[in-house]
Amino acid sequence: MEYGFTEEQKMVQELARKIAVEKALPLRAELDESGKFPWEVVKSLAEANLTGIGIEEKYGGIGGGTLEYCIATEELSTICGGIALSFAATGLGTMPIILFGSDEQKQKYLPDIAAGKKLAAFGLTEANAGSDAGGMQTTAKKDGDYYILNGTKQWITNGGEAETYSVIAITDRKKGARGASAFILEKDMPGFTFGKKENKMGIRASATRELVFQDCRVHKSQMLAREGMGFIVAMKTLDRTRPGIAAQAVGIAQGALNEALKYSRQREQFGAKISTFQAVQHMLSDMATQVEAARCLVYAAARSIDSGSEETSKMSAMCKLFASDTAMRVTTDAVQIFGGYGYMKEYPVEKMMRDAKITQIYEGTNQIQRNVIALELVKEMAAKK
Amino acid sequence: MNIVVCIKQVPGTTQVKINPETNTLIREGVESIINPFDENAIEAALALRDKHGGKVTVITMGPPQAANALKDTIALGVDEAILLSDRAFAGSDTWATSYTLASAIKKIGAFDLVICGKQAIDGDTAQVGPGISEFLNIPQVTFAVGVEINSGVMKVNRLLEDTNEIVEVKLPALITVVKQMNTPRMPSFKGKIKAKGAVIPTWGAKDINAEDKCIGQKGSPTSVVKIFTPPPKGGGEMLQGSADEVVDALVKKLRDRKVC
Repeated sequence: MEYGFTEEQKMVQELARKIAVEKALPLRAELDESGKFPWEVVKSLAEANLTGIGIEEKYGGIGGGTLEYCIATEELSTICGGIALSFAATGLGTMPIILFGSDEQKQKYLPDIAAGKKLAAFGLTEANAGSDAGGMQTTAKKDGDYYILNGTKQWITNGGEAETYSVIAITDRKKGARGASAFILEKDMPGFTFGKKENKMGIRASATRELVFQDCRVHKSQMLAREGMGFIVAMKTLDRTRPGIAAQAVGIAQGALNEALKYSRQREQFGAKISTFQAVQHMLSDMATQVEAARCLVYAAARSIDSGSEETSKMSAMCKLFASDTAMRVTTDAVQIFGGYGYMKEYPVEKMMRDAKITQIYEGTNQIQRNVIALELVKEMAAKK
Repeated sequence: MNIVVCIKQVPGTTQVKINPETNTLIREGVESIINPFDENAIEAALALRDKHGGKVTVITMGPPQAANALKDTIALGVDEAILLSDRAFAGSDTWATSYTLASAIKKIGAFDLVICGKQAIDGDTAQVGPGISEFLNIPQVTFAVGVEINSGVMKVNRLLEDTNEIVEVKLPALITVVKQMNTPRMPSFKGKIKAKGAVIPTWGAKDINAEDKCIGQKGSPTSVVKIFTPPPKGGGEMLQGSADEVVDALVKKLRDRKVC
């Protein structure tokens, strides 16, 4: 099916698909079992220049936008959502630097990330601050030219594997919405350590760890934008990267649909292939239609962001909400089509169902997405009067 | 170092059909790929260039669409790619193909090393690499799984059936490589952009000073009579008895079948 991609976008798609099939596919079952980090796939992504996908050419990247990022994430996710996340999470960790970094900060951090030599991660969530990001406890106390960070971030993807971390911390709680600031931290900075690696239900080929700050001294030159801009940095970052997670969900759903379709054409019961049964056909049709709709919504949101539009929150939230709910439905139906075999680890669909669940939760729960959409709808209506 | 790599575009599947009239593969509608062993050859060349500096030129003899395979090699990072295409090359067997490729290499000029894949997965003869070296009058070392080059001398680790062999040879020389040699790198986005704008020169028989009688069907001492899938082997017969009895029985059977 044609999606109106440019030649460059088609190249990104071909490269990502080639890496997914040749490098990720042989590893996905083993990495899901062991939880090991997919360094070999990261190496191939670096060779292909895809680690620099969203980074400007002058910093060593290929100058792509949200749509290119979504295309690559979707192709990798079709094979393995966990491996794809290890790629996509670097995009999330890099986005604050891309959006708010000074030229010096960009020169310092982006080239190594573009070259695939270093990974990035985004540190916002805490044990008591998930949907309620404002409730975060990590503080950054000003001390002359430095800020001293104390606190713990939880469930950070690429935690421990990445070298570059964009972290949000409270600089002045009394200022409310302007009370947080964003910092760039580096692995091995004194006072910055990691907690244990989490043992997850799905996306097990990605590393999830706590970030622990104990009197971690950070020079003010590591601050992104200005003091007090922390929540804005976080929200603007998530607006831009939400379609990427939505693309991950689309990919996982497509992968499950592909497997279910293939299986239904092989499996025989009652003397016929189950793909000839209307019940199965209707399931496959609904699955395929939903995946296509989710994909179109993701591409539309990505194109809107890339066009420079300022009003992207609603589309961004919608595509993440719809794509992740679709992924959960489609992967569950895929397991159903596989029947008993679908429940067994030897077949790939149970992993896809486990992988899909997180897409409804992270990057803003789907409940929060509905809040965001409703607020935007009301704002739009109020502006019309 | 100046390295020339010879590649072939082959059907991307083992499920090919054979045209019963011409005894050749039906290529229409079948996706074409770079012969897998040639991907190892390209990677070997690029790795040597990355280490020693120099230039990698890839050539292929084929129909006009083989230029797409050459563009894929530009995306991998080769410096130059040349297509040898001419109606006069049609119907070439491995002898004529070796002659044609060698003539093109002579036209390219001075070189240190020619690298070929062990064999093409459609023809499976493994003859063209050795054929080229003979026409160029340079030494050949086949089934390379590793190479080291120092001051114009190359050490080649050959992978034989049950052993390895290290052969030392002075450059210029030709090697054929096996898949255990390396893991081919991924094409890069920047490489693909370069490939998109690349102009692939096409050389015909005249451009490479090829003699008419040495190319194409005229230059082919062999021709394909028939391509067929052999019938499946039967079960075989187990001989019983002592070693002496079994040997006697076996020799009798071989004599009866006029094998010896």
